[in-house]
Amino acid sequence: MAEPTLVLEDVAKSFGAVAALRSGSLTVEPGSIHALVGENGAGKSTLVKIVAGVHRRDSGTFRLLGTDADFSSTAESKAAGVAVIYQEPTLFPDLDVTENIFMGRQPVGSWRRIDRHRMYAEAAALFDRLGVAIDPRRPARGLSIADQQILEIAKAISLDASLLIMDEPTAALSGVEVERLFTVARSLRDEGRALVFISHRFDEVFDLCDTVTVMRDGEYVGTERIAETSVDEIVALMVGREVTDLFPKTPAEIGEVVLDVRDLSATGRFHDVSFQVRAGEIVGLAGLVGAGRSEIARAVFGIDDYETGTVTLGGDAVRKRSPREAIRAGMAFIPEDRRQQGLVTEASVARNVAAVIRRGLSRAGLLTTSMENDAVGPWAGRLEVKTSALDMRAATMSGGNQQKVVIAKWLATEPRLLIIDEPTRGIDVGTKSEVHRLLSDLAGQGMAILMISSELPEVLGMADRVLVVCEGRLTADMPREDATAEAVMHAATHRDGHTAGGAHHEPHAAEKSEVSA
Amino acid sequence: MSSATRVLSHVVRSRELAVAVVLVALVVVTTLRNDNFLFSPDGWRNLLLNPSMLLILAVGQTAVIITRNVDLSVGSTLGLTAYAVGKLYTTYPDLPVVLVFLAGLVFGGLLGLVNGVLVTFGKVPALVITLGTLYIYRGIFLSWAGSDRITASDMPRDFLALGTKQVLTIPVLTIIALVVLAAVGYYLWTARGGREMYAIGSDPDAAVLYGLQTTKRVLSAFVLSGALAGLAGVCYAARYGSISSGAGRDIELQAVGAAVIGGVAIFGGVGTVWGAAIGAVLLTTINSSLPILGVSDFWQRAVVGALILAAVVLDRVLSARQAKRLAAEREAPTDPPPTASPTRQEVPA
Repeated sequence: MAEPTLVLEDVAKSFGAVAALRSGSLTVEPGSIHALVGENGAGKSTLVKIVAGVHRRDSGTFRLLGTDADFSSTAESKAAGVAVIYQEPTLFPDLDVTENIFMGRQPVGSWRRIDRHRMYAEAAALFDRLGVAIDPRRPARGLSIADQQILEIAKAISLDASLLIMDEPTAALSGVEVERLFTVARSLRDEGRALVFISHRFDEVFDLCDTVTVMRDGEYVGTERIAETSVDEIVALMVGREVTDLFPKTPAEIGEVVLDVRDLSATGRFHDVSFQVRAGEIVGLAGLVGAGRSEIARAVFGIDDYETGTVTLGGDAVRKRSPREAIRAGMAFIPEDRRQQGLVTEASVARNVAAVIRRGLSRAGLLTTSMENDAVGPWAGRLEVKTSALDMRAATMSGGNQQKVVIAKWLATEPRLLIIDEPTRGIDVGTKSEVHRLLSDLAGQGMAILMISSELPEVLGMADRVLVVCEGRLTADMPREDATAEAVMHAATHRDGHTAGGAHHEPHAAEKSEVSA
Repeated sequence: MSSATRVLSHVVRSRELAVAVVLVALVVVTTLRNDNFLFSPDGWRNLLLNPSMLLILAVGQTAVIITRNVDLSVGSTLGLTAYAVGKLYTTYPDLPVVLVFLAGLVFGGLLGLVNGVLVTFGKVPALVITLGTLYIYRGIFLSWAGSDRITASDMPRDFLALGTKQVLTIPVLTIIALVVLAAVGYYLWTARGGREMYAIGSDPDAAVLYGLQTTKRVLSAFVLSGALAGLAGVCYAARYGSISSGAGRDIELQAVGAAVIGGVAIFGGVGTVWGAAIGAVLLTTINSSLPILGVSDFWQRAVVGALILAAVVLDRVLSARQAKRLAAEREAPTDPPPTASPTRQEVPA
């Protein structure tokens, strides 16, 4: 057999204290399509970014085309023959699609002058090969996600690479487009190139690939030949862990409806979203990255606008586009990126917590440090934030403690509903369970919690009810008993054709199951 | 669509044309009020000559703004270079004119290099860096010159003659500005480096993922802006003959204003030097035509401000409308998506 195109062995990468990749291994042969599967956060994207030269590995072996490789920039990996289609398209919105494809390596004529005529002709030929009708001169701004993906694919194909990595290229594509992409992928394979295909859709993996490597928690789990394995076997390898022990959600008494969202729609982001969250209930909002979960949460909280639909909290309508109103009505929102959106990392813990309740605290418009500390002390104590002094700067704390400070910040407003986006992202395993216990306690005290999470075990372990979003629509609404990794994955990846949720699980009578047309 | 009609439809809808129409209208109205504005030899010469320095600065400024940066130090660079040229002549009175222009370019380029290095390696926003160097360069100028000033007698006559000399009624300084405009415009349109500047300004993170040499490109934009400010300084010396420490003060804001009026987006990635150049001519012409139209001094500045605001608001409204239209277009045929349907295939011949 020929030498493998790509060899990765025991590759590790940490970001600060968080190990994104502990021991990643992947061997790809030329003339083959190799699937890389695993849950969100399993380390697939980190592995890809190391090959692409976005990140540098901390340790391990990395060989490309038989020679040791260590890329410090994407330019180096490109030059070595690696093309990557990223999960999130990287485009220049102000330039036309052809320039987007050829940027940095435009065909040039005499005097190194860009040969525009040739460039547009080549772009047209690429779109032809992919069978799409995109005007090569239209700007990239405003392209649909599907078209953006097509553009990424065109870019990668035009590179004439020996290794093509596709990180969930089909998430936004329709059936016809997926078929065209696969045709191109197969022809590239037949030319002897190596392809890596990352996907959550098992039917596609089994349709397209010949080998599959499974990752879990940043580690290599196993490699199987597609012909000799089954979906069940792969899923078992992916999940492979006792879910309930890690994430204890103590049963709480489910009370009356706190949040009632009806027929929420915003063009291009989400459609006809309806759901309820009850007191004492944790509702998990699952789905793939980019499915529209965070967008829904931001609209409910009033950060983003929506066109139709209503949001009611405890029976009272909440005005749209007003986070102030939402806070006053009793909502709290903890965004995904707490450093950017939820926590002033340069300020002290006390100041962070006091920020939200400042109005209630200040006397004659003045706010003193001692007032802040007095008000905040009990909250931090309740959350066991390990901060010896409240004056400590938030930036110096661990991710877990930072998250607790953010939660403390909002608890001080005494909310009835807590919306939390990726509660344990970037938090090490030990502290994760502390955050989970805290959420469970809060639900036990009668708070309604809407939890967005890309980590399947977290959703399955924590949520009383799981809502699944796929491409901007709710595709499943299942109670804890019915929520399995397979069922959630299925609903998260299927919008067209077979309807998700309903086909596999009978929705409970009281709950509304949104099934897309 | 043939390429000729495509170019035509592009031009008709362009910002450059819109600004040019405003400029022509302004010249026509002012000339109707006082025909010396255009038809006297002095009027014609001033109309072409006055904008030349601002035009050069606006061209450099555009290259910087396109990369999502800004260069506020160009006024100080202009003044400092103009003074340095005067000093050069007091030391070496027989220096060839070409060499002096070259020295101005190099000197300004070095000052621009300082900006570029601080911005790219210091990772500090250009607004702050160049605000700092604006004061530093001006400070160096002040302490070097003191109360001293360069006068026409310090510089050779043939150098000063360049400031007012005309070829076929076109002033030489204007020709220099137009050559600069054409060269930079050509580079930004048709060289890889120029296109990469647009890409960097359009999305800096994507530029890194594309493997573009972002540091090099941003650095060269600043060097270009500095060098052109130096060139403008030499032109200033030739044109006015007298250089005091106030030379070039506030002109950096006019350069930014010219670019913005000409359709250069302050967040980068959009705009052309042609637009910025027309914007520069418009700004200079407004200053000379408003007095003729009987507009008081205070209102002249307000008019310039209103023009900048109008340009920005227009951009905002247009891009919001475009975003809405594109989102609606995307929604309309949900399944299959627009690309899969056999719609217009516009492949130019």
